[in-house]
Amino acid sequence: MRSRRWTCRITILWLLMTLNDLTVVLPELVLAVYAMSALIWAVYSKGQQSGAALIWLTSVVLVGLAAWIAFATTGEKTAFTASFVDDSLSRFAKVMVLLSSAVVLVISQDFLRRERLAKFEFPILVGFAVLGMMIMVSANDLVVMYLGLELQSLSLYVLAAFQRDSVRSTEAGLKYFVLGALSSGLLLYGASLVYGFAGTTSLSGIAAAMVPDTTTLSAGHDVTKTTGLLFGMAFMIVALAFKVSAAPFHMWTPDVYEGSPTPVTALFSTAPKVAALILLVRLLTSGFGNIVADWQLIIASVSVISMFVGAITAIGQTDIKRLMAYSSIAHMGFALMGAAAGTSRGVDAMLLYMAIYLVMNVGTFAFILSMRRRNRPVTDIYALGMYSRQSPVHALSLLLLLFSLAGIVPLLGFVAKLYVFLAAIDAGMIWLAVSGGIASVIGAFYYLRIVYVMYFGTPGIPLDGTMPRSGLLALVTSAIIVVFGVVNLFNISQLSSVAATALFQ
Amino acid sequence: MIGIEHYLIVAATIFVIGVFGIFLNRKNVIIILMSIELMLVAVNINLVAFSVFLSDLVGQVFALFVLTVAAAEAAIGLAILVCFFRNRSSIAVDDVNLMKG
Repeated sequence: MRSRRWTCRITILWLLMTLNDLTVVLPELVLAVYAMSALIWAVYSKGQQSGAALIWLTSVVLVGLAAWIAFATTGEKTAFTASFVDDSLSRFAKVMVLLSSAVVLVISQDFLRRERLAKFEFPILVGFAVLGMMIMVSANDLVVMYLGLELQSLSLYVLAAFQRDSVRSTEAGLKYFVLGALSSGLLLYGASLVYGFAGTTSLSGIAAAMVPDTTTLSAGHDVTKTTGLLFGMAFMIVALAFKVSAAPFHMWTPDVYEGSPTPVTALFSTAPKVAALILLVRLLTSGFGNIVADWQLIIASVSVISMFVGAITAIGQTDIKRLMAYSSIAHMGFALMGAAAGTSRGVDAMLLYMAIYLVMNVGTFAFILSMRRRNRPVTDIYALGMYSRQSPVHALSLLLLLFSLAGIVPLLGFVAKLYVFLAAIDAGMIWLAVSGGIASVIGAFYYLRIVYVMYFGTPGIPLDGTMPRSGLLALVTSAIIVVFGVVNLFNISQLSSVAATALFQ
Repeated sequence: MIGIEHYLIVAATIFVIGVFGIFLNRKNVIIILMSIELMLVAVNINLVAFSVFLSDLVGQVFALFVLTVAAAEAAIGLAILVCFFRNRSSIAVDDVNLMKG
């Protein structure tokens, strides 16, 4: 009798604690429940229209969640014995992820309908991938980190192979799966070593397992523990470099970007990059923040190699989706420069860079999605010959976006690069900023070549020139943002600096 | 006496076999899927060994999660492979070459 009363009390206590934890993960919970119930509803309704309706509904849900996270939550809360953290960094990242995925869904709708890909699985898989990204940016524990990453990756493997009657799409899916699974394996091996030598999986526990106030591990530890932790950290950095498609672990990127259906490529180049970068930064600063000198050089070299590989290998390419792949490799190099600084200012610059990168990429992909000839999608840049004469507004918007991606002076992309360069110089890595400058000059070549083809190229068979209203809106809006954003960056910089300080307390 | 280093060496060996299986194999995509499973098995040996020697349950919980995710991953990998086979009528690694990077 007495033991039963105790059991009852413990159960109630447990429920209260769990309830408290559940309020912290409520946005994720809502998205999970929405995605699963949408799946059940779509399977049972068997309607042909459910695909288009669900795309709209999902993007409304994503925008709603973004507004909720941005306006209704403040402060720093943790849940489930501090394995899940809801702080200003994770909120900033979640809003970026949710908004960019929602916009990508909306601008893809026309393309999906024309290619007969508007099946209900598409928005639901995007929903699950976004859920995984939200968990990734909030993860404060190796187990949660791994689970979020896998939820995102598994959904994205399926999305890459979404056009299942096309050899290219399934090949892209297969390549992405094999290399993604390899990188998950490396991440796990690293995580197991870190767990073994630190004795815990929580990031704060890992930080506590190291001697504070030393910048390298080799100071004040026995050799076994030092090597074990360093190996684990190196494995995890390599795995996350795979996920953010940073060179020299970028080989999958061009093939997967080219083969996947264009809406999926648009998604790949935006939200997952943000999530993986935030995950990497949180791991490095919260978990290994005491040993900055041990990882700083790794991240800096990955950053330099990415910038140059992205800039140089893109020169011979004529497929615009492949070009965007190399472009995203180079941009990840610039963003990692902020992470390599290892300071609050560096993370701030990285967040700002990613926000600006998202705007430019969404606009550019809104245009690429509309590139069709004789009602079939084209991706060759020479199909754009003298496009400026055919539709001047689209051409001008694309010109502004490409100039901004190249980092040409008065536009927003330049401001983004300036911030990461300043952060690198501030952290005493002038060579990193200088090589970034050189790489961005080399990289400007292939963006300018597209502009050249549009304005001075030889006209061929013209493009269809139709563009859905949502795509046009996204293209023109992002072009306006890259021009007028330089005035005050829409006060994003205040939010991003608050978010960055959450990591360094 | 079997110490933790023995378990770690076994796990490292299996992990390296898995990684090499992915890169050196020129025949069949199924072998790549098997190599991925080998890598995950090596991680599980690591986690369980550490868990026992640290007397900490988290490692075993982690291993269970890894098992679950590995099952889902294998299912998705095979599904994509079936789609690829329908289009290409081959699962040889050398035939996964339509796009060259």
